[in-house]
Amino acid sequence: MDYSLTEEQRMIKDLASRIARERILPEAARLDEAEEFPWEIMRVLGESDLFGVWIPEEYGGLGGGVFEQCLVMEELSRACAGVATSYAASALGAFPILLFGTEEQKQKYLPDIASGKRLAAFALTEPDAGSDAGNIRTTAVRDGDSYILNGTKQWITNGGEAEVYTVFATVDRDKGVRGITAFIVEKGTPGFEFGKKEKKLGIRSSSTRELAFRDCRIPRENLLDREGKGFIVAMRTLDRTRPGVAAQAVGIAQAALDLAAAYAMERVQFGKPVGEFQAIEHMIADMATQIEAARALTYSVARMIDAGARDFSKESAMAKVFASDVAMKVTVDAVQIFGGYGYMRDYPVEKLMRDAKVTQIYEGTNQIQRSIIGPQVLREAARRKAGQAKGITNS
Amino acid sequence: MHVLVCIKQVPADPSAVKVDRKTNTLIREGIPVVVNPFDLFAIEEALRLRERMSSSGQKGRVSVITMGPPQARSALEEAIAMGADDAVLLSDRAFAGADTLATAYTLSRGIRRIEDSTGAKVDIVICGRQSTDGDTAQVGPELAEMLGIPHLVRVRKVESLTRESIRVERIADGGYDVIESCLPVLLTVEKGINQPRVPSLRGLMRARKAGIPVWGAQELGVEAQQVGLAGSPTRVIRVFSPERQRRAEMLTGSPEAVARLLVDRLMTAM
Ligand SMILES: Cc1cc2nc3c(=O)[nH]c(=O)nc-3n(C[C@@H](O)[C@H](O)[C@H](O)COP(=O)(O)OP(=O)(O)OC[C@H]3O[C@@H](n4cnc5c(N)ncnc54)[C@H](O)[C@@H]3O)c2cc1C
Ligand SMILES: Cc1cc2nc3c(=O)[nH]c(=O)nc-3n(C[C@H](O)[C@H](O)[C@H](O)COP(=O)(O)OP(=O)(O)OC[C@H]3O[C@@H](n4cnc5c(N)ncnc54)[C@H](O)[C@@H]3O)c2cc1C
Repeated sequence: MDYSLTEEQRMIKDLASRIARERILPEAARLDEAEEFPWEIMRVLGESDLFGVWIPEEYGGLGGGVFEQCLVMEELSRACAGVATSYAASALGAFPILLFGTEEQKQKYLPDIASGKRLAAFALTEPDAGSDAGNIRTTAVRDGDSYILNGTKQWITNGGEAEVYTVFATVDRDKGVRGITAFIVEKGTPGFEFGKKEKKLGIRSSSTRELAFRDCRIPRENLLDREGKGFIVAMRTLDRTRPGVAAQAVGIAQAALDLAAAYAMERVQFGKPVGEFQAIEHMIADMATQIEAARALTYSVARMIDAGARDFSKESAMAKVFASDVAMKVTVDAVQIFGGYGYMRDYPVEKLMRDAKVTQIYEGTNQIQRSIIGPQVLREAARRKAGQAKGITNS
Repeated sequence: MHVLVCIKQVPADPSAVKVDRKTNTLIREGIPVVVNPFDLFAIEEALRLRERMSSSGQKGRVSVITMGPPQARSALEEAIAMGADDAVLLSDRAFAGADTLATAYTLSRGIRRIEDSTGAKVDIVICGRQSTDGDTAQVGPELAEMLGIPHLVRVRKVESLTRESIRVERIADGGYDVIESCLPVLLTVEKGINQPRVPSLRGLMRARKAGIPVWGAQELGVEAQQVGLAGSPTRVIRVFSPERQRRAEMLTGSPEAVARLLVDRLMTAM
C-alpha cells in the first residue's frame, strides 16, 4: 500500500529501518536471551535524532508528530519489540511534559530527551492500581516549596535506566481521581530508589522495574500542571501514545508474516513447498490482509491526531485494540506455519509471539480499550437520536 | 586541520557484478549501489580525527570527494549525512573507463583544486584499503605519489595526532607496525578500525539540500587523453585469483639437526 509519505517521513522510515536491520536485528536474540538493556542501540538511536521525531524544533526535536513516532516504532519493532518498547517508553514519559509542562520545564527536559542523552519513563501503575489507575496510593504531601512522595510504583518501563520520570501520586485520596497529581522526578533524587527488575515472557531486553519513594522530596517547580490534574495528564498522554503501541504491533506482525511467507516457500513436505497447500496460503492471505488493515487504521488515527483533532480517545483505542489483536493472531499463525521449528528458540518466530502479547496488555488492556470505545459509540448514537428527534440530520 | 576522504560508489552485492567478456570491463549499470564498505570506515575515521582536533581546541574540516557518474552524488550525501562538512563530485563523460592510474590522477587534480580554493594543503587524505568491486588497493598509494606525500596503508588504529605528525598502527604480515609520519600524509584504512556511525536525520536533511559542486575535465584543467579510458594504460587480459605461492615449512628437531637440515636444503636449492 502506498501511504503517500512526505519526503521527510520516508527519510525517517528508511533510517529507522536501516538501524533496525543493521544494528538491532543482529542483536535481538542475544538481548532477549540475556534480558539485557540495549544501551548501545539507545545510543545509536539518540545519535540518529530518532528520539526527537515527535518533539517540536524549539525543544531540540524534529517537529514531527505521532505519525512520525509510529513510523519509527513500526520499523524498530520489526527487528526487536523490546528495543522498541524502551524507545517508546521515553516518549511516554516525556509526552506529559510537552502537553502540560511549563515553558521552563519543556526547555529543561525536552532537548536532552530529543537527543537521547536522557531517557524518560512513565510511572502510573501500582500493585493495586492497574486498570483501575484512579486507585493509586502513592502520596504527595506539600511541604513549603516542595512535595514529599511516598509509595511504590510497579512495572515501570525504563525503570532504573531512565533519568526523568513522570510520576503520578495523590495529594488527597478522598478526592479519588481528582486528587491525582503528576510530578517530574529525576533519578538520583534522595529517597527515590529502584526495586526488583521483572523477568518477563517477552520484550525481555526492555527493563520493567519497581520504583520506591521514601520521603522523597521534590521541588515544587516539578509539579506538572496543577494539583488534581494528574489523571487528565495520564489519559491525554495515553491517547497520544496508544497509536505507537499499535504501530509496534504492526511491526511485530509484519516481521512474523515476512518470516512465515519466506519459510512457506522453502519448507518442502509431500514433495512441494508447504506454501502451496491452500490451507497455508490462505493463512498467509489473512495475515497480510489483517496487517494492512491494522496499519491503515493506525496511520489514519496518527494523522488525525497530528492534524489537530480535539477528541480522539475512541480512535486511538481502536487502533491499539485492533492492531494488537492482529499481532497476536498473526504471530501465533506464524509459529503454526513454521510447525515444530517455530516452537524452537533457534528460530525467530516464537520471540515474536511472546513479544506480541504485551501489546494487548500495556497502556491499557484491550478490555479497557473496548470500554473506551463502546460507551463512546453508544453516546454518539444517543446524540444522533436526539438530533433526529429535533429534526437535525447528522452525518 | 583539513581531512579529505576519497570514497567510491560500488555495487551493493559485488557478486552481482558481471565482467563484460568483450571489453573485460565491469558492467555496472542497473544494480543497487552503496558506498564502498571500506570507505565508510575512512569517513568515520576522518570524523573522529575532527572530533579529536576539536577536543584539543583546533578547528577541523572533513571534505569528501568521489569520481563517478552523476548518481554518485548519493554516496557523497551519505557522507554528509554522517557528518562530513562538504563534498565534491568529479564527473565527466571523459572520466569513464578509468583504471587506477587515471582514477588517482583525476582525484589528485580534484584535491589540488580544493587546495587552491582554500589556499592551504590538505593535511590528511584517507582512502579505504580497497574497493569491493575493483579490489586493487592501488588508488590510495598512487594518489599519494601524485600528491607527493607519504602514505601509510592498512591502518588499523590512529594512536596519536599532532599538528605536524601522526602515529598509527599498520597491519603487516603476521603482526603490525607502529609507525609515525609527518603531515601531510595519505592513509588507507582497514575494516574494523572503528564502527562507522549511522547517519542522523538532521544530517540526511542537510545532505539532501547540500550544494555539491560537480567538476569535470574543464574545471580540473585536464586533457582528455590523461583521464578515463584514454588515460588508462591498463589492459585487462584475464581476471583470476592468484595462487598462493609462498609456502612455509617448519623444520623440527634439535637446533643442530635443524641447522644441518636447513643447510642441506639450501645447498640442493642452489
Ligand atoms: C575485473 C576488472 C576489470 C577492470 N577493467 C578495467 C578496464 O578495463 N580498464 C580500466 O581502466 N580499469 C579496469 N579495472 C579497474 C578500475 O575499474 C577500478 O575499479 C578503478 O580504477 C578504481 O580502482 P579500484 O576499484 O581497484 O580501487 P582501489 O584501489 O581498490 O580503492 C582504494 C580506495 O581508493 C579510493 N577510490 C577508488 N576509486 C575511487 C573513485 N572513483 N573516487 C574516489 N575514490 C576512489 C577509495 O578510497 C577506495 O577505498 C578493472 C578492475 C577489475 C577488477
Ligand atoms: C511489560 C510491561 C510494561 C509496563 N510498563 C508500564 C509503564 O511503563 N508504566 C506504567 O505505569 N505501567 C506499566 N505497565 C502496567 C500496565 O499498564 C498494566 O499492566 C495494565 O494497565 C493492566 O493492569 P494490571 O496488569 O494490573 O491488570 P488488571 O487491571 O489487574 O486486570 C486484570 C484483568 O482484568 C481485566 N479488567 C480489569 N478491569 C476491567 C474492567 N473494568 N472491565 C473489564 N475487564 C477488566 C483486564 O483487562 C485484565 O484482563 C506495564 C506492564 C507490563 C506488562
